[in-house]
Amino acid sequence: MPKDELKGGFRLIGTRPNRPDGLDKVTGRARYGADIVAANMLHAAVVRSPHAHARIKKIDASRALALEGVKAVVTRADFPTGLTGEDWNLQENTIAGDTALYDGHAVAAVAATSALVAQDAARLIEVEYEILPHVTDVDAAMAPDAPVIRAGYADHSVPEGMHPNVVRYIDFGHGDTEAGFAAADLIREHTYKTEATHQGYIEPHACLGQLGADGRGEMWVCTQGHWYIRRMCAAVLGIDAANLRVTPSEIGGGFGGKTTIFMEPLALALSRKAGGRPVKLVMSRAEVLRATGPTASASMDVKIGMKKDGTITAAAVNFRMQGGAFIGMSPVTEALQCAFACYDIPALMHEGYEVLANRPKAAAYRAPGAPMAAFAVESLLDEMCRELALDPLRVRLKNAAKEGTKSSYGPSYNRIGFVETLEAALAHPNLAAPLGPNQGRGVASAFWFNHGGETSVSLAIGEDGTVQVSVGTPDIGGSRASIALMVAERIGIEYDAVRVNVVETGALGVNEPTHGSRATFASGKAAVEAAEQAIAEMCRRAAAEWGIDAEAVEWVDGAACPAGPNAGKFPPMTIAEIGAKMGGTGGPISGHHESVPGGVGASFGTHVVDVEVDPATGKTTVLRYLVVQDAGRAIHPAYVEGQYQGGAAQGIGWALNEEYVYGADGRLQNPVFLDYRIPVASDLPMIDTVIVEVPNPGHPYGVRGVGETGIAPPLPAIANAVAAATGARLRSLPISPPKLLAAMKHK
Amino acid sequence: MTVRVHLWSGLRRLAGGADAVEVEAATIGQMFDALIALHPGLEPFIKAGVSVAIDGEVTSGGRNIPIAPENEIYLLQRVKGG
Repeated sequence: MPKDELKGGFRLIGTRPNRPDGLDKVTGRARYGADIVAANMLHAAVVRSPHAHARIKKIDASRALALEGVKAVVTRADFPTGLTGEDWNLQENTIAGDTALYDGHAVAAVAATSALVAQDAARLIEVEYEILPHVTDVDAAMAPDAPVIRAGYADHSVPEGMHPNVVRYIDFGHGDTEAGFAAADLIREHTYKTEATHQGYIEPHACLGQLGADGRGEMWVCTQGHWYIRRMCAAVLGIDAANLRVTPSEIGGGFGGKTTIFMEPLALALSRKAGGRPVKLVMSRAEVLRATGPTASASMDVKIGMKKDGTITAAAVNFRMQGGAFIGMSPVTEALQCAFACYDIPALMHEGYEVLANRPKAAAYRAPGAPMAAFAVESLLDEMCRELALDPLRVRLKNAAKEGTKSSYGPSYNRIGFVETLEAALAHPNLAAPLGPNQGRGVASAFWFNHGGETSVSLAIGEDGTVQVSVGTPDIGGSRASIALMVAERIGIEYDAVRVNVVETGALGVNEPTHGSRATFASGKAAVEAAEQAIAEMCRRAAAEWGIDAEAVEWVDGAACPAGPNAGKFPPMTIAEIGAKMGGTGGPISGHHESVPGGVGASFGTHVVDVEVDPATGKTTVLRYLVVQDAGRAIHPAYVEGQYQGGAAQGIGWALNEEYVYGADGRLQNPVFLDYRIPVASDLPMIDTVIVEVPNPGHPYGVRGVGETGIAPPLPAIANAVAAATGARLRSLPISPPKLLAAMKHK
Repeated sequence: MTVRVHLWSGLRRLAGGADAVEVEAATIGQMFDALIALHPGLEPFIKAGVSVAIDGEVTSGGRNIPIAPENEIYLLQRVKGG
């Protein structure tokens, strides 16, 4: 039976068993990056540029090296030369060469016998700078008089005559936009801006690195992808990847920000220089905010043509995004691809520019680019629906993409569940809740691709019939529980009989990080394939014992059984019986699977939010919030709901509070959580969720990724609700109280 | 066998202005090689990394993935995730 026709009847899938990491996390037993210790360990501290753009004229570490307890100092001179492309980007961001490119850029690092001595020593390293002109705003960085961050860096796509800070140009579309706009009854066009925000993971970056003079080493690190850590560190340090063994710790949040390196090669370089002693490096919150992540800031023009009945006839966007001082970091491509992906529009044009600015090297953040695009497009759609007195959800339904629709980014959709999310939102009681004075309701939708990626999984049958699964995708959202459920479902054993371990780089083939909402999809799919291999072998063992053909044995409810009356009469042989004697029947039984899995299923979501705005202060309070999203199938619904709620909470923070604030000197003004305001539990109501299940035909249990889509709709949904409550339309984020108050006064 | 490969508009300038290009290929790798041979201007884009959508499913472009004339094939700018 085609998998997408599976409607249920599962024994375990869709249940909510205990979380395998729950006890460890609530008792403090879980070991995070900073919890890793080693004998003879040194501690590191990093010297960072206080300037947004400055030439490094001289570094004098003599006073630091004279301090008792200091064992090593590294600068760029301790790293190999000649790197190119992204490897050079990684090295340049790890430690500045001749120029500091942003406030917080690492310039030198020191290792000492204690963290305090290392910090004191860092302050003794004297760096002489020549301050250069800087630019941090994306539009200002494109202006003719903008300071040039790096000349000759633009790729072949950039039209002639553009500022050297413009490093990439993208355009795509379909249909006749001129005719499409001519057919519209209403055309509106506005510019929208979003500030950079940080992933805001609670656990700062932390690692322990050890590297000997022989080029062999180990690293323990908090990361979403330890094979990426291995490859990137090896490239930056000029060592062989196979000589670096990387073990991931438990992870306290990543959201895309821990899919790359920032300071890990510094720990290894210091270790090498300190005679191979292990070096621990833990970032402070200020270092995290100044020098890791964040996402891009964006400036976006959107134009939409619509008929009086709500039919969208044409649309065009022009997005400009900066992702720091390095090419390839801005998610402008993904933003363009997501901008109109929810809709079936006959004529579309997308243009985008990637721009360099004196900001940190941006990293992925949950559906990279989609939140900014959704803010711009879904805000303008809402404005037009209000102008035409149309229901915004029904307009979305009228234009919704379905199976067979030619997507805005090109290909035709296979089976997708956007319409189902809209219908579920329309039927939800939150939509009928009465609103009072100063209150308003907003809706918005969004899309994310999801991803497959390189995956390697191994599975072993134990002597007692339990099962161990080794995966390479760190668990950032419940993948261990979900994979255990799928394996237990397939093998026919209890959930508790399966243990899923995230193992180190020496134990499996290459795995991409947990990114693109891929862990439950890709590692889960590979684990089911590995289980099939083990089942086939267990059937062979039973067949050999019974003296019948292996083809005459089938696997039913955790046991090998004769397949039909002609196979003979034998009692079922359970997995525990097979495991107990496998040493004498041919040896260990395992399964493994390596692939770049196909069958990725796209994800759509629709959010509805009610807010109240205090007319005296401009403060926005979220009264109720609804997330409706297509999960394909929710393997462990509690984790899926958690992903929906977490995405919404981060999107609400982006909409209302969070922003990178740069001073005129180009320095980050708010590098602590007191000033960089992420939402906390007391800021939010319980976020309601509806899990729509339109199974993905490309996965044995119908899984689509669920981790990313949920962050995109809150930005426009909140802006739309605020506009409904106040009449003030905010086209730049965040909608902070002073900004909203001013807009309300001038509306 | 002949497959039809749809290009994003930025690539069309480098491929004679056509929305789609037909090449002889049975795998994604052969398709990349044939596209570069036919339109050398595409090489830096393909070498920089592209995603390939086959019948609506975005892949990371593994060279050994089979393709056939009946497939809808699109080149896309590479997609990353968080």
